[in-house]
This record gives sequence, structure tokens and C-alpha cells, in this order.
Amino acid sequence: MTTYVPTTSEERRAMLQAIGVETIGDLFRDIPARYYKPDLDLPSGRSELEVRQHLQSLAEANLDLDHHPSFLGAGAYRHFVPSVISHLVSRGEFLTSYTPYQPEASQGTLQAIYEWQSLVCELTGMDVANASVYDAATGVAEAARMACALTRRKRVLVADTVNPLYRQVLHTYAGGPEIEVATISAWQRDGDRLVRCESLAEGVDESVACLIIQQPSFLGWLERVDGLAERLAAVGALLVVAVPDAVTLGLLRPPGSYGAGIVVGEGKWTGGPLDFGGPLVGMFACRQEYVRQMPGRIVGATVDGQGRRGFVLTLATREQHIRREKATSNICTSEALVALCSTIYFCHLGKQGLRQVAELCLQKAHYAAEQIAALPGYALATTAPFFNEFVVRCPRPAGEINAMLLDQGIIGGFDLGRYSPDLADCLLLCCTELTTRQQIDRLIAALEQGGPSHG
Amino acid sequence: MDSPGIFAGRQQPEPLIFERSVPGRRAAALPPCDVPERPVRELLPESELRAELALPEVSELDIVRHFTRLSKRNFAVDSEFYPLGSCTMKYNPKLDEDVAALPGFRQLHPLQPEETVQGALRVLYELQQLLGAITGLPGVSLQPVAGAHGELTGILMVRAAHIKHGRVRKKVLIPDSAHGTNPATASMAGYEAVTVGHDRQTGELDLHDLRAKLDEDCAAIMMTVPNTLGLFERQIVEICQLAHAAGCYVYCDGANLNALVGQVRPGDLGVDLLHTNLHKTFAVPHGGGGPGGGAICVTAELEPFLPAPVAVRRGDGSYAFDHDRPESIGRVHGFHGNFNAALRSYTYILSLGKEGLYDVGATAVLNANYLMSRLRGAYQLYVDRPCMHEFVLDGRSLRDHGVRTLDLAKRLIDYGFHPPTIYFPLIVPEAIMIEPTETESRETLDAFAEAMLAIAREAREQPELLREAPHVTPVSRLDEVRAARQPDLRWRGGARRRAAETAAEARQEAAVQGRV
Repeated sequence: MTTYVPTTSEERRAMLQAIGVETIGDLFRDIPARYYKPDLDLPSGRSELEVRQHLQSLAEANLDLDHHPSFLGAGAYRHFVPSVISHLVSRGEFLTSYTPYQPEASQGTLQAIYEWQSLVCELTGMDVANASVYDAATGVAEAARMACALTRRKRVLVADTVNPLYRQVLHTYAGGPEIEVATISAWQRDGDRLVRCESLAEGVDESVACLIIQQPSFLGWLERVDGLAERLAAVGALLVVAVPDAVTLGLLRPPGSYGAGIVVGEGKWTGGPLDFGGPLVGMFACRQEYVRQMPGRIVGATVDGQGRRGFVLTLATREQHIRREKATSNICTSEALVALCSTIYFCHLGKQGLRQVAELCLQKAHYAAEQIAALPGYALATTAPFFNEFVVRCPRPAGEINAMLLDQGIIGGFDLGRYSPDLADCLLLCCTELTTRQQIDRLIAALEQGGPSHG
Repeated sequence: MDSPGIFAGRQQPEPLIFERSVPGRRAAALPPCDVPERPVRELLPESELRAELALPEVSELDIVRHFTRLSKRNFAVDSEFYPLGSCTMKYNPKLDEDVAALPGFRQLHPLQPEETVQGALRVLYELQQLLGAITGLPGVSLQPVAGAHGELTGILMVRAAHIKHGRVRKKVLIPDSAHGTNPATASMAGYEAVTVGHDRQTGELDLHDLRAKLDEDCAAIMMTVPNTLGLFERQIVEICQLAHAAGCYVYCDGANLNALVGQVRPGDLGVDLLHTNLHKTFAVPHGGGGPGGGAICVTAELEPFLPAPVAVRRGDGSYAFDHDRPESIGRVHGFHGNFNAALRSYTYILSLGKEGLYDVGATAVLNANYLMSRLRGAYQLYVDRPCMHEFVLDGRSLRDHGVRTLDLAKRLIDYGFHPPTIYFPLIVPEAIMIEPTETESRETLDAFAEAMLAIAREAREQPELLREAPHVTPVSRLDEVRAARQPDLRWRGGARRRAAETAAEARQEAAVQGRV
């Protein structure tokens, strides 16, 4: 049995004596005897060697994407992670410290969070950012609550091109305070084509706290955002923009530039592997005037008695440990270490590198899209501009295409029949800088084989 | 005794990474594009492209030095005793880190076909089972990623259960000693938080106050067991019975589960819902503020309301996600929760097993009582009776010497110890909340006790040593009032540089126009 308890039985005896009791059981007398020391239905402990072998075999029972091409995105994006990140974040001083409550003994974490907040502001074009929320999905829900608090309204609009999983979390969070969530249709199917709606601001009126959109949208295209924030502002509502992958911000204009009031983003894919979807990390940024309604920790710079710069948790009067039931959110422990991975990633990629990664994603996705569109039976579902994900109409149900691809060792795209019954013949495909031409060519060959003439 | 060695080599100010930026310097090199390229402007409208992105321009060594230096400005479990009450800063086994880094787990897409992730699904399913066995609450979801997230999930489940039974309830009862997350959670879930007092003699919930406030408008009571004074609530079984008789659920904040693990199953006591902090009891490193895990464990009655999907084992022995859960409160996380944290806790529980987990709770309580016995006399205890995994000192006696709990905490840093939790729970004036955990040796506990005793002497003889502490850190006490009144929440050099460029362009423009 493995143990991390250092105490010997001799020491235990001496400690009990110092306390003035005879047995460990004497320390547990407050627990009703009939409930004390139940026979737990648990296995016996094992050695490190045995546990390691067991976990190794479970890991090998999975089909990992280091060894299999994948065209799956749909909210989780596999990018290259430079070696420097894991080496730095696995330092015990970052890994095994707590939330930085004692600033003098936590300057490392605090300064790193300040740098993260600065990077998030720069990427999103917003004034202020917090230390992180759990993920983009809960970030969307927190943004909706924040917009309701700012506007004193209880109705939010969300485009149906926001990731359906984000929207599910939004609905869960909205249930308690009875925030009304109205989903607006951002596209329609016109025969073989999907058409973006002209304006997402239709139906906005003075009952609405905010409109939530995703850029790029869940279906990969860029939403029409010009004039949107102005139309919302005219009725006193906020524009909330969700960014599914911070890599897109290497190339695309920041949401702050088109009037977003709150921006949430997923920061996991910039600096972290897929990790089967967790931990993630939510970027959360807003305009200066909203900062006192923001959820979560915020780090600020200040000085010590000798005028030296230092960093502290600040604006804590928004938070649960001070404000209790009046807090802006209950969030406490969040995803600091994942934010640190992302911070190091942005520094490593730098001004040029992030743009280059974004361009590689863009080029590869457009190459793949063009090749697929040229296959008999397949077509791109829209002409709208897209970043690195796109919808392909298939000659057969998308689920069948994916099964056929999996038989050849390829993880296909996202079966859009799971998103809308209208799109059962559509696949959402994704490329990143990790997708090679060879993998794309393999996909094309497999799709061609599974095309109409072979069906 | 000062230990400048703790921060030796960490005294030089470390600039912001932005301040190290040199135009044109770079770390990353990207591979050439292996597909035919087209001009970006053919693929995306010009108006969608960003003009400027002021990320730092630094070398890889710049980055390594910068973040290594920053790391050295942190206290951490790997280097210091960290007796932060209510936070369970135990040792985080290195095996768990290696398991969490296996490519067969890290390189998995959360939406991959289930037949391709059988190993990962088995981990989730078995961890659900293990947590159910430990807590006596068989319905488990691993979706919540933090304690407060688990609380919100639990209270939303309570709400769903009441709605199902046609009951409209408005209030959640919360002891005055509770963590701030409890009332904040109640509000987020749409409830009014009603405070229940404690008995000053026993340090436990005031049953009279509970009886007065418990009625058919109460949806749940949120208990913390042991409570935040580190005391087991001896009336917990009765509290559960009273609550149930009023149709009210009992939520247990599992932040203090480390005292109970292996000793008692909260479900046996009558608790209906409990979150476990995987980053406390089950050894996931805290990471400076996450990622953790807030798995929610509930009774069979409440199981249908768990977030969907949950991991299940099918009749044929395969593992799957069950999405078909019509009474579920819905999803609380973008994917499956913090899988990478779940892997660590699964590894930890399998390593220790039944006997090892028993030893965790038993030794955590032994260590706390031992430390308490060493400090009794020099410090005043808020309630003087055997504690569970932590105990709370009343720091008011320090005031006689013109020093406060905050000063004591800062002085502990000079001695090389991370301070305990201070000014919490709110019911204890000048609170000092100490949780040693089971992984600390007797020598460490003794060294900490000696430091606390020495500081008590210093408070009498040289109180300025405390008031001016810490003396050895890269920065001394920081001006928190200034931080809040004049918020400086980000580096503004990028904006300044852009403004300067825009101004320069405007001047040039004006000069050109002037010539025309």
C-alpha cells in the first residue's frame, strides 16, 4: 500500500500522549459510534508500480490524436504546445501553491495573473480582464448574469450559432435566478445552402439585457457584426461575444473593436493539450465601467512601503468571501494554472507567431474545404467567410461518413445532426496548424471512396 | 529568527514580460505551410482582420528566466509548510502528475466517438463509484470543476427536486460560520440566504435558532462538517432529521472532508448532497488557484437531477456517456469537467486504497490535535475541545501588545512558513485557522509550533518585529487601499505605444496637409 503519511507508530504514540488521549479513536468521540469507521467498499491500496501499470493500460485503451488524424473541432481545438510550457508550469512553486491570499509570499502567481489579464485585454481589445473563469461555457453564463445585473433586466438573447454546449450551461445557470433565455435563429437552410441571417439584432428591444454571439460561430463562419453593438446600445443592451479559440484572435479583429461590452473566450487551446475537455480556462474581459460587476478574482499592481511595485488581489468587495450573498458570483478556485499555460504560450508565440499559427489554420482549412468541395456528392454548405472550421454537405448521413472514416483510423468531423435535425447530412470539419497535407489528402481519398458512386 | 535564505536570490525586482520585449525578437518558429497558400485577403474580408497585436517579443530563454524567477517568489507545498485552514494543502504525489501527463489521456478530444475513449470513460466511471463509496452518496457527477461550482450544481439540483414535487421554496439556511461561497451560491441559484447562528459554548450550530428558522419555505440547509471551527457537528443526525421532516434537503460543503475520509460516510449521517474538493481531500495540486475538481455526490433519490451526461458501464462491459436524463438540471461545464484532475484523484485513491484513506483522516486529525496541544497556553482557543482536521485560534490576546492577527501571519513568513487562514471564520475575532494535513511530519509540526511560540514572545517583547513583518520577502506589505482606489489591472504600454503611433501619424498627416 502506498502512503504519503510520514508518521511512524512510535511517533503516533508520543503525539497521542502529548495530546493526552490513548488512541486515535479518542479523537473521534464526537462521531456517533454507530457511524464511525464503516467498512468502506473500496479496494486495497497498491504500489506505485502497480498503479502506474494500470493507468498506462487505461491510457493505451484510448485512440489518441498523436497517432490518428482528426478533423474534429466543435469547441475543442488541438494546437501545438511548445515544450517550454510544461517545464515551467510543473515547477512546484506554481503547481503546489494556493490562491494568492498572502501577497508577500505569492508574488510569482500574482504577477503572472497580472500579465495574463494584460494579454487577455490586448487580444480581445477590452479594458479589463479577470484572473479567469472555469471555461468559455460558464463564462457565457456569468456574462449573461452580469449583463442582467448591469441593466437590471432579466432577458437575454443568444444566437443559435453559439456553441450548443455553451448554451446548455447558460440555460442551467439561468434556471435559478429565472433569467429568460431566448434563442434566436442565426441561419436558415435554403435547399442545399445555409444562409446567415442579415442581422442578429432583430427582435432586440428594451427588455433585453444582452445579445450573446460567438465569433467565429459554431458553424465556423464569421458572423455579421457591423452595427450590431450600436443597435443594442440604442435599447440599452450589451453585446457579449464568445471566442471559442484564442488563436483566432491572432488574425481576426478584436471584439472590443466592434463594440463588445463583455468578451469571454476559451484559453485552453493556446498552451494546453485537449485533455479530453478539461481543465479549460475562461478568459473574461469587459469595459472599464463594468469592472465592479465582474465575477472572479482580479489582480492589481500597487506599491509597498518602500515604493517597490507589487501585486495584490483587489476589488474584492465584489467577491463571496466579503460580500457573501451579495457577491457578483460564487467563484473562488478557478483555473489559474491553465491561464499560466496560456500566458506562457502567448509570450512564446509573440507578436508574429500567433498570427502565423492563425494563418496556418486558415490556409489548411481552406485547402481542405476546396478539395472536398471538388469531390462528387460533397459541397460546402455556405459561401460565408470562415476561419478554420467549415460545414460540408455530404451525400450520406454525416454519422455514416464518420463511421466510414473511423474504419480507416481517421477521427472525422462533428456530426451536425446532433446540433440540428435539419443538418443530418452535414459535417463540421476543422483544421489547425497540426493538420498535415498528407492527413488532408488521406481524408479526401476516404471521403471520395465513401462518396455517392461507392455508397 | 529571520530566514533571509528563503528568498535568497529572489530579491531583485522582476520586470513584466512586456517590459522585456525587444522589437523583432522571437522564440517560436512555425513550420512552412505545406498546402498551396492564398493571400489572406482573398479568404477573409479585409474588415475582419486585426491591425495590431502587441504581444511580447522575447526569446525562449527570456521566458524561462522570467517565469522561473516569478516561481521563486511563491511559497508552495513542495517547498514550505502551508497550514492554510480549510484549504487542505497536503502533499501532491508526483505519480499523479505523471499519470495526468500520459499522451493516451492528454491527446483525447472530448467529442471523440465513445468506442475510441474507453480507457478515459472507465476512469470517470470508476472515480464516480469510488467517491460514492467514500461519501455514502451513490449518485456522482464529475462535471463541477471547483468547490463553489459543486455547490451551485447541488443547490440547482435541490431546486429541481422541489419543483418536481410542486414545492415552491424561497430560502436556504446557512450557518454563520459557513464559507462565503455558501450564501453566494444560494443567491446565484435564486434563493434568499438566511443565517443560522452558532452556540458560543460548543462552537456548533444553534439548534434553537435552527428550529426557529426552519419552515416549509426552506429548500435546503448548507452544513459544513466538520464546521469551519474544525469541530464535528455532534447534532448532525438530528439536524438532518429536522430538515427532512420539514421537506428540506441537507447540503454538506465538503471542503473539510479530509477529516472524515475513511472515518464516516456523510451519507450515513443523513446528508443528501455533498461536493468533494478533489484539490483538497484527493490531492490534486491547487495550481495557485485551480484547476481543481468539485465532484457532487448525492443520494439515490436526487441522482436523476445530476448534470448530464454521466459516465456509465453498459451491460456488455463497455463504458459510455448517458445523455438520456430527462430530469437533469442540464450541463454545468463545457465538456466533462476537469478530466485531468479526475485522473489525479483516481490515481491517488487507487494508490492509498481503503487502509490508506483511513490513515489520511486519522492522521489529519491527530496532527491538528497535536499542534493545538502545543499552542494551547500561548494562544487562546476559540473553543477548547478536541478538534478534527483543523482548529481556530482567537488572536485577540495579541491586541494587548498592539499587534494583530495580520501581523502574526506576516511574521510567520519570516520564519519560512506560509501563514494559516486568517480572519475566517468571520464569527471569530482575529481568527487564525490552522490545518496541518496528514502529510506533515512531527518535526515540521514541532518547528511550526516553536515559531508560533517564538512569535508570541516577540509580540510581548518586540512587537514592532511583527508590525513590520515580513522582512525577508521581495516586497514588504503592499498598499491594498491604493490598489482598490486607483485600479491598475493591466499593462498599458501597448495602448500607449499605439496612441503614440496614431498621434505621430496624425502629425505627419497634418504636416502633409499643411504643405498642400
